[in-house]
Amino acid sequence: MKCNDFLKELTDYLDGSADAAVRIELEEHLHWCHDCYVVMNTTKKTIEIYRDNKLYELPETLRTRLHQAIMSKCRGSKPEKKT
Amino acid sequence: METIQKKAAEDTSEMTLVHAAKKGDLDAFSELVKRYDRNVFRIAQHITHNEDDAQDVVQEAFLKAYQNLAQFQENSKFYTWLVRIAVNEALMKLRRHRTDRTVSIDEDVETEEGTMPREVADWGPNPEQLYGQSELSDILKKTIQGLPPGFRTVFVLRDVEGLSTEETAEMLGLSIPAVKSRLLRARLQLRDRLSKYFKSKRGGDGQP
Repeated sequence: MKCNDFLKELTDYLDGSADAAVRIELEEHLHWCHDCYVVMNTTKKTIEIYRDNKLYELPETLRTRLHQAIMSKCRGSKPEKKT
Repeated sequence: METIQKKAAEDTSEMTLVHAAKKGDLDAFSELVKRYDRNVFRIAQHITHNEDDAQDVVQEAFLKAYQNLAQFQENSKFYTWLVRIAVNEALMKLRRHRTDRTVSIDEDVETEEGTMPREVADWGPNPEQLYGQSELSDILKKTIQGLPPGFRTVFVLRDVEGLSTEETAEMLGLSIPAVKSRLLRARLQLRDRLSKYFKSKRGGDGQP
């Protein structure tokens, strides 16, 4: 397996959805290819950092205001009837 | 006890709420809004980069969902259908701010460029601890904003919101291979750009 082939499978590998046979090949490649190991590890870390540091949380005061605005617009508008 | 009751209330079937809302039950629709407003806001912010636009998107997406509930076929989750509406609204907002008005989910994705990592330096053991929380947030926002809309939307749905490849494909009207290919490139490009901030260094002055 070449580094390019490894990269193509990286997403499935990180998601745990790679086939068992492919997974074995990928892990074998990781044993000897330090660059791919680093790329795999730091890509995994990238995903974790974005997942754990949820950006753009909705503040409660804004949330309440938006909710009121949405419901008042809905009240003033009739849903379309099923045709 | 309160927690258990709260959990039970959250478990009220989504479809029960949708059916009630379809009959004009506004309380049921209000419940659906409360269930998903945070997610829709986060997704909209990631696509538009603008809080006012994101607020508009949240309002417009829920209003459109309410007005068009009769068209919701129920062969997918309500949330999937809702996000699809929200993503379209967010892309429209983005388009209005561009003079070329060409923003689409397909933008900048035809090239193979960006697949090969340019930076392979390893990161320190806890790279996010190099920065304070607000500085880290700024770095993460700035970095993801640099991705083309089609890439960051896929990344946000899959990796931030935790949706499946199939759900993401349905929300964006893309094929499964297209979602996978964008996700790979989004992840690699983010990794590449974050390396500038997170790679192991001896000086520790924060400069690449």
